[in-house]
Amino acid sequence: MNVKIEKLTKVFPSRDKKGSEVRAVDNFNLEIPDGKLVCLLGPSGCGKSTLLYMICGLESPTEGKIFFGDTDVTDIPSEKRGVGLVFQNYALYPHLTVRQNIKFPLENFKGDAKLSKEEMEKRALEAAKLVQIDGLMDRKPGQMSGGQQQRVAIARALVKMPKVLLMDEPLSNLDARLRLQTREEIRRIQRETGITTIFVTHDQEEAMSISDMIVVMKDGVFHQAGKPQDVYDDPVNKFVANFLGTPAINNFEGRVKDGGLYIGDERVLDVKGVGDKDVWVGIRPEGFEVSSDGKLTCELTGVDVMGRDISVVCKNKASDAVIRAIISAENDVDPKSTNVRFNVKPHKTYLFDKNTEERISFT
Amino acid sequence: MSSKKSLSGVNSTANEVRGWLYLLPALLFLAAFMIYPLIDVFIYSFEEGYNSASQTSFGMGLYNYMYILRDPYFLKAVKNTFILVIITVPISTGLSLLIALGLNSIKALKNLYQTIFFLPYVTNTLAVGLVFMILFQKTPYTDGLVNLIIGKFGVSPIDFIDGPYWAKMMVLCIYVIWIVMPFKILILTSALASVPDVYYQSAKIDGTSSWRVFWRITLPMISPMIVYLVITGFIGAFKAYSDAVAIFGINLNAAGMNTIVGYVYDMLYGDGGGYPSYASAAAIVLFAIVLTITVINLMVSSKATDNT
Repeated sequence: MNVKIEKLTKVFPSRDKKGSEVRAVDNFNLEIPDGKLVCLLGPSGCGKSTLLYMICGLESPTEGKIFFGDTDVTDIPSEKRGVGLVFQNYALYPHLTVRQNIKFPLENFKGDAKLSKEEMEKRALEAAKLVQIDGLMDRKPGQMSGGQQQRVAIARALVKMPKVLLMDEPLSNLDARLRLQTREEIRRIQRETGITTIFVTHDQEEAMSISDMIVVMKDGVFHQAGKPQDVYDDPVNKFVANFLGTPAINNFEGRVKDGGLYIGDERVLDVKGVGDKDVWVGIRPEGFEVSSDGKLTCELTGVDVMGRDISVVCKNKASDAVIRAIISAENDVDPKSTNVRFNVKPHKTYLFDKNTEERISFT
Repeated sequence: MSSKKSLSGVNSTANEVRGWLYLLPALLFLAAFMIYPLIDVFIYSFEEGYNSASQTSFGMGLYNYMYILRDPYFLKAVKNTFILVIITVPISTGLSLLIALGLNSIKALKNLYQTIFFLPYVTNTLAVGLVFMILFQKTPYTDGLVNLIIGKFGVSPIDFIDGPYWAKMMVLCIYVIWIVMPFKILILTSALASVPDVYYQSAKIDGTSSWRVFWRITLPMISPMIVYLVITGFIGAFKAYSDAVAIFGINLNAAGMNTIVGYVYDMLYGDGGGYPSYASAAAIVLFAIVLTITVINLMVSSKATDNT
């Protein structure tokens, strides 16, 4: 089922009389293709959970429309939309066993959809097998680890065969190792079932690693959507470029003059097709090459050897933050030297307008 | 104490002494005003023909128990108490739950209603008794407010305070229910408010009917509080006395509305008073009843919560 969002807006009234209203989601347009795993990605408080809650029907939009396939579901109550939701803290019923928890949605079916006891049992077991917790059916949630509870929550959301599976930061309550494991698991389950899945997270690494498509948003506003690698390689603005990637992109204040890009007084790159102006320069950590005749000179503060790679930590007057360059361990950087010189790779370098922070393309 | 040991290591004995020292004031008071009287009452209840003036008795035996168990006033008091308990505990708990559910689902005027429902709790028992007199009492001048109302439906006036047994019992039950409900409503509204919203959101997405939400989610989640209310409700109702006095006056035996605690009081200080041995025996019987009921309650509720 593909999901289409048109001009969706959610305005929360202010809590007290003096405060201003909050536009949690602002004029949002998005089309989510059928059968894909899509991540809504953005910093905390960017409205991604609100967007998710509107898709599942727990929040009603102030304006705009939501379509599942060709059906307008904007005014359809959540129970009739055919969605499964996995909550951040799982929301498993503590007094029910795993079996009872998974069967709970099935027991709500009415009329023709009503299932026999055997059928319910069979489907609950199938769902449990899918998430590999079929050996723990008679436990209560309190007797399970966070990861296991998360699987039960996923099984409960899947058992009624929803058209769309929604997940609200499903990994944020797990420890680091379990998080890695569970995200692989979510990827596998999504592939096996082929259910259109919308996943909310603020962790860009998580989003990059498992999704078919990421949607970057900030302050309720849509910024960019696309395949993770495409968005990473081709960010539309400074925010998207900064939000994706670890270590983060390095930002410099720069200037374009006579077809050349200057950082400080150094002409580091030829940029054609850009008029003379001040710009923000973003260079990915992997966009640096150490060279004795490199064009960008930085003050060396440290070298971290990480086996395969070296992380060169340095400073430049044109940048407020420390600069991190990741280079191959085959290069030899003397930690005692005061300066390090780089050449920068043009396809890892992005220019952004000084005021609008929109991307400026160059050749 | 064991956790203290592991924390401080070497000083464990000193710590233990200090611990007991902190507990000492409370223990002294408990011993003087709870444990000693308890034991004393227990002994009194077996001392036959105890004379409180000379502090002498004929000897130990079961005569006091035989006496009260054959005393029609005591049997009447036991019967009254049981009827009161069986009627008021379920009704007051059920009604409180309904009102708490209602309060929990409204937004406007919630605080106002909460205050109104809590008023009986802070009102003096005897003042409430007076109000009930006005509502129910039949005098040569007026039939009372309730009689006026039911008279509209063609029912002839009933003397609720001084009339047939069932009418008196009904007034007493209504009184007790009304006076115990505020506390239960308070406890249940806070229990309901503490059920996390996500459970209801999750149930909504799954299309759960509100009936099923109540039975499968709300009720199990607040069941510890309900168990608490039922147990304390049973204990409280078994100890009812002032409620009966507030409506029927101090001569409860004459009104036929005495309770077990009332009987104990009468044996000590009433018209036929001065029988601490009978009073003690009655108190011990009450204690045994309450203990049994509470144990049964706990057993039933732990089984019920295991099954859900």
